[in-house]
Amino acid sequence: MKYLPLLWSSLWRKKLRTIFTLLSIFVAFLLFGLLMTIRTAFSFGVDIAGLDRLVLIHKVSLIMPLPISYLERLQATDGVALATHNTWFGGVYQDPSNFFAQIAVEPKTFLEIYPQYRLPPEQVSAWMADRQGAVVGVDLARRFGWKVGDRIPIVGTIWQPKQGQVWDFNIAGIYDGDAGVDKTQLFFRYDYLDENRRQGEGLVGWYIVKIADPSQAQAMGAKFDGMFANSSAETKTTTEKGFVEGFAKQVGDIGAIMMAIVAAVLFTMLLVAANTMAQSVRERTSEVGVLKTLGFSNTAILSIVLGESVLIALLGGGLGLAAAWLIVQRGDPTGGLLPIFILPAGDVTIGAALIVGLGLVAGMLPAFNAMQLKITDALRRA
Amino acid sequence: MLNALTQTIAITALNLRTMPQRLGSSGVAVVGIAGVVVVLVSVLSIAAGFTAAMQGSGSPARALVMRSGADSEMTSGLSGPEVDLVKQAPGIRLDERSAIASAELYVVIDLPKKSTNSPANVPMRGIEPRALQVREEVSMVEGRPLEFGTNEVIVGRGASRQFVGLTVGQEVVSGQNTWVVVGIFEAGGGVSETEIWCDARVLQGAYRRGNTFQTVLARLDSSETFDSFRDWLTANPQLNVQVRRETEYYAQQSRALTSLIQGLGFGIAALMGIGAVFGAILTMYTAVSTRSREIATLRALGFNAVSVVVSVLAEALALGAIGGVIGGLAAYLAFNGYQTSTMNFQTFSQVAFAFKVTPELLVLGLAYALAMGLIGGLLPAVRAARLPIPTALREL
Repeated sequence: MKYLPLLWSSLWRKKLRTIFTLLSIFVAFLLFGLLMTIRTAFSFGVDIAGLDRLVLIHKVSLIMPLPISYLERLQATDGVALATHNTWFGGVYQDPSNFFAQIAVEPKTFLEIYPQYRLPPEQVSAWMADRQGAVVGVDLARRFGWKVGDRIPIVGTIWQPKQGQVWDFNIAGIYDGDAGVDKTQLFFRYDYLDENRRQGEGLVGWYIVKIADPSQAQAMGAKFDGMFANSSAETKTTTEKGFVEGFAKQVGDIGAIMMAIVAAVLFTMLLVAANTMAQSVRERTSEVGVLKTLGFSNTAILSIVLGESVLIALLGGGLGLAAAWLIVQRGDPTGGLLPIFILPAGDVTIGAALIVGLGLVAGMLPAFNAMQLKITDALRRA
Repeated sequence: MLNALTQTIAITALNLRTMPQRLGSSGVAVVGIAGVVVVLVSVLSIAAGFTAAMQGSGSPARALVMRSGADSEMTSGLSGPEVDLVKQAPGIRLDERSAIASAELYVVIDLPKKSTNSPANVPMRGIEPRALQVREEVSMVEGRPLEFGTNEVIVGRGASRQFVGLTVGQEVVSGQNTWVVVGIFEAGGGVSETEIWCDARVLQGAYRRGNTFQTVLARLDSSETFDSFRDWLTANPQLNVQVRRETEYYAQQSRALTSLIQGLGFGIAALMGIGAVFGAILTMYTAVSTRSREIATLRALGFNAVSVVVSVLAEALALGAIGGVIGGLAAYLAFNGYQTSTMNFQTFSQVAFAFKVTPELLVLGLAYALAMGLIGGLLPAVRAARLPIPTALREL
């Protein structure tokens, strides 16, 4: 610590070079933060998917509907805490490019099974009272400037209303949630959908079942699938986590691509930083000689040079991560394509470790050389 | 004038010839620039490959009829009588028997993906016997066409490669239905190569769709008859449909994903580029400062400032060019033709495609590399030219 002023002044020995080095490390960790955010976005919230929730879909594919009669049979099964159903609506608000998810739900059980969607009690009762009521996420409400009480027309694509093409929804509430919760969805009442659609009465998209004992997930899944085997609509049950993971895998291995890019970025930046460090120490050979003459031990020299390189890395990298965090706070820049846009704390920790690692690796060789330098050589070389 | 030119050439040649002596720091700049080019070219090659697959699918001389309000084949629906009416529209190519059009169903079935062994939404299309005449680019590469009225299916080349169990002779069990693969087809690299095709009538039964379809794909007399075809259909009060050229439909389907990938590629490359430019600047500063005595000597001998500037810039550009070529080559060797598949969000179904490192992308990468080199050389070049001769000569 007492060497800090010395480190600081040697850092500014060549201002321009230090600034450029700082900036390239800054850029590297800014990119690191952003790429990790994108990677998280493409995992579609798998981290918060519940292990005690099972998803039942039609065995043939997700797009095939299931009969609503399954609900009672599921609820009556031993070990089931709660069961509800969702139906994908897939409508268009004003323009197809305004994509966001609209899902028909059973409001009461839905809010119970998904406590992560937080809704003020008066808005809950407003939703229960209004058949055309819908609740939307805060991010979605902000995107279109909606507030409670607004009437939202949405054109049906899969489901056609009995009259015309437009479904009207009243915004009964705006839900919020912790970081990582998708706040870009619209949930509306299934009874409204079912009574007003032209065809498909009594059909739902998929079931969500909360089981009493999460360790029994596999056995319960097999039990459900057995219950509906050999019917016209056989089911396939997975944990919600498995379901979300499967979905993310369908998009492709975005995670691996992001990691490859991060590796390329960090490798490049490490090279630049290490090269600069080496050169800066080389230029100061005579100074190192003087320090040694003054009685600085080899270890002290080693830690001074290493300290300088770690200091640069910390400054540049820290600012880079902070900048990434700030950008991420401003939300999804694509307007709805990446609903979960957060920089997870775990990745920030990894970033911090990488910063220190970068500083150490970049400073290692020059520090070692400086340590081994003989005073006579060092002074003569100048 | 001529003198200035010879000076410039002489000193530039000297710089370039001595580059190997500065291998270490030059290498850093080259690797930095190459890294950026690899990332730029490979990310954009994903977008290029996806777009190529989507656009290779359509022909402007084919029209796709969907229910109005539907945003994809998946959400469309047409009844049997509506389909019959659509096939009577003017502008469709006719042969001696009837209109060359195919009413189709579009569903997805769950099949495991080979790469992850996890379920994926594989598109399945129910076709009518005329479908192969509507799509002239389709040809069988293995096996034979399907027999209508049976549970036989033919599978696109891409689907056969990406998903488990789609080879000739295999049975595909999906729910209570069993399909038999009898052939593999190709379709000019388009999205249909990710699809499984079966008889629409059989699919109607298997999926309890009654006498309904989702779309009609019609072969037009020529690309010009599209307007009359569309106007007749949209003006008909018995129908509630929208008509699009097939090419437009697929272009719209691919827009969201393509622009997302391109935005990502350019954004990352721009940020990384800043880092690489710093690397190049540092390298060139080093190059200039280790040679400040040489440069001062040259200036004292009467070489002018411009030739010094040009020589430094030329060296920076050379570094950029080498980085650009290495990066482009690496991206090409590593990713060109890499087979993968992703999900098309509009239809919730898989699209198989190959990464495509096009010549345009390589040129773009090289141009970007040169730009990085040029920007990186600018400041050091000015520094070199401004070097105060007496001090520099005294240095070291």
